[in-house]
Amino acid sequence: MRIVTLGKARDAAAASDFRQQLAYGSLLLPLALIAISLLLGLYEIRVETVAKALLSLVVPQAAEGISSTELTLILRIRLPRVLSAALIGAALASTGAAFQGIFKNPLVDSNLLGVTSGAGFGAALALLLGGTALMVQGFAFGFGLLAVMVAYAGSRLYSSAPLIVLTLMGILIGSFFTSLTALTKYVADPLNTLPAITFWLLGGLTGVTWSSLPLLALITLSGSAFMWAVRWRLNILSLGDAEALALGMNPTRLKLLIILCATLMTAAAVAVGGVIGWIGLVIPHAARLLVGTDHKRLVPMSLALGASFLLVIDNISRTLLPAEVPLGILTGLVGVPILIVLLRRSQTVW
Amino acid sequence: MLEAQDIHYSYTPEQPTLRGISLTVCAGTVLYLLGRNGCGKTTLMSCLSGILKPQRGSIRLCGRDLHSYTPAERARQIGLIPQLHTPAFNYSVREMVLMGRAPHLGLFAAPSRADYEIAEAALESVGLADYRERPYTQLSGGERQLVLIARGLAQQCRILLMDEPDAHLDLNNQQRVMERVVRLAASGLAFIITSHVPNNALHYADRVLLMKRGAALAHGAPADILTEQLLSAAYELPIDVIRDGELPRAILPRRTLQG
Repeated sequence: MRIVTLGKARDAAAASDFRQQLAYGSLLLPLALIAISLLLGLYEIRVETVAKALLSLVVPQAAEGISSTELTLILRIRLPRVLSAALIGAALASTGAAFQGIFKNPLVDSNLLGVTSGAGFGAALALLLGGTALMVQGFAFGFGLLAVMVAYAGSRLYSSAPLIVLTLMGILIGSFFTSLTALTKYVADPLNTLPAITFWLLGGLTGVTWSSLPLLALITLSGSAFMWAVRWRLNILSLGDAEALALGMNPTRLKLLIILCATLMTAAAVAVGGVIGWIGLVIPHAARLLVGTDHKRLVPMSLALGASFLLVIDNISRTLLPAEVPLGILTGLVGVPILIVLLRRSQTVW
Repeated sequence: MLEAQDIHYSYTPEQPTLRGISLTVCAGTVLYLLGRNGCGKTTLMSCLSGILKPQRGSIRLCGRDLHSYTPAERARQIGLIPQLHTPAFNYSVREMVLMGRAPHLGLFAAPSRADYEIAEAALESVGLADYRERPYTQLSGGERQLVLIARGLAQQCRILLMDEPDAHLDLNNQQRVMERVVRLAASGLAFIITSHVPNNALHYADRVLLMKRGAALAHGAPADILTEQLLSAAYELPIDVIRDGELPRAILPRRTLQG
């Protein structure tokens, strides 16, 4: 009898170890997809050319024998775009997982507090003023943060239940900025500014260059490192404040730090990629199906799946039609059916 | 080990919730808090677990003021088992028990192999070792209580506060949970338990604190406290204690409706 029990314990431990390895191993998937994505596009490039071009970043002599068109295409156009797709996907999915945990609600993502609405207005305003691409990004980032800061300031007016009031404020401020965005669209020139605003709001990585990457990479990588570090604590936060307190934590402070971190990551992602929905909502659910609800495994899996999903979607967007399909449309078209299937299959997961 | 001296607490100044409660809990004691809804049991538990700070009076844990402990230090001494609830996410039994390791780990740390072993031993001592991979939300109410007790054991605390562990449980499950409590108390763990089932206090308590409108009506051994007179006063209802010879066997409210 004792032996049987021990055997069961070992099987269970093995299953748990396997999910752990799956979560960490999945981080290799986006790296592989980045390499594949560099090959894909309407202009065909051979594998060795891509390899040589990448090598030339370290050893300049490796670029010999590659046409300057191909070199530009790989290093100046595809590489920043592919890298930003991976970073944005990872940021949106991991912050979605974190928000679902701290708000104890599997149906929210990091837009809950209005960051995307604020960023959308910022970008629309910059486009209305005829700003450059960098100005559009700066405005989107700034107004995204501003929206959440206003919501936070509003919630501080009340002393009790800060997180519930913060959620309510976020929803209010979000709809306020959505109205402001509608106003800018209403007054925008319908021949050139209005389409520009509309396209930006649908999301896309067409104009991404190296200049937008440093901030995005810095925020996404350091933010992901923080999420990674506190990932096990998300389990306890998702049980509610009373239990977190009883387990010796300061739930309010940690939640605010996570919200700050997630807001910076989301604002940076939206500033570069525009409004790309569904990733923050759908990817954590897909990750839960694969590795379970333990955030120790869920955060790495969400990072990996989010990056991979947006890489695939962006490849479809670049190659499906001669003209690019906005990302926000594709994530919705692909994301909704996935969510419906997941909701059916994962009834037992939450 | 845990000593509360004349504690007062009020949410609003006009209406004090706790009016001068004193109690002492030693290792291996099972203390029951009984009283009507709204008599201040839950507020007292929040004060004893350090979540609320009494406006007057002192609470000392191992001779030191409870509020001089950091939250993590406190959680290594006192554990809290909330009323039955369903978490938003379906953690496995093992993951739930592992959360008890939080006060022993740094903010950025995840449980190590040693923590898994402690959790495993905790599950074994509540008799649920085979349940480790089961989803927590699919367990029965009694089993969930036992898992939360195991979490308290993994926390390695010396006092466990239980908020109505017998609520929503059938008689069989109540007995299963409470007998486990008594067995753990025999090994030195102290329990403070709120309950609306005085019969369980009769069966399992070492000490009983009977509360009424924020004050202690009586505090002592079950045989001295669980009497017709005191219970009737506390619940504002005629109550009979059914005896078998001298031994009290059951507590039963008297029917007041005629016919």
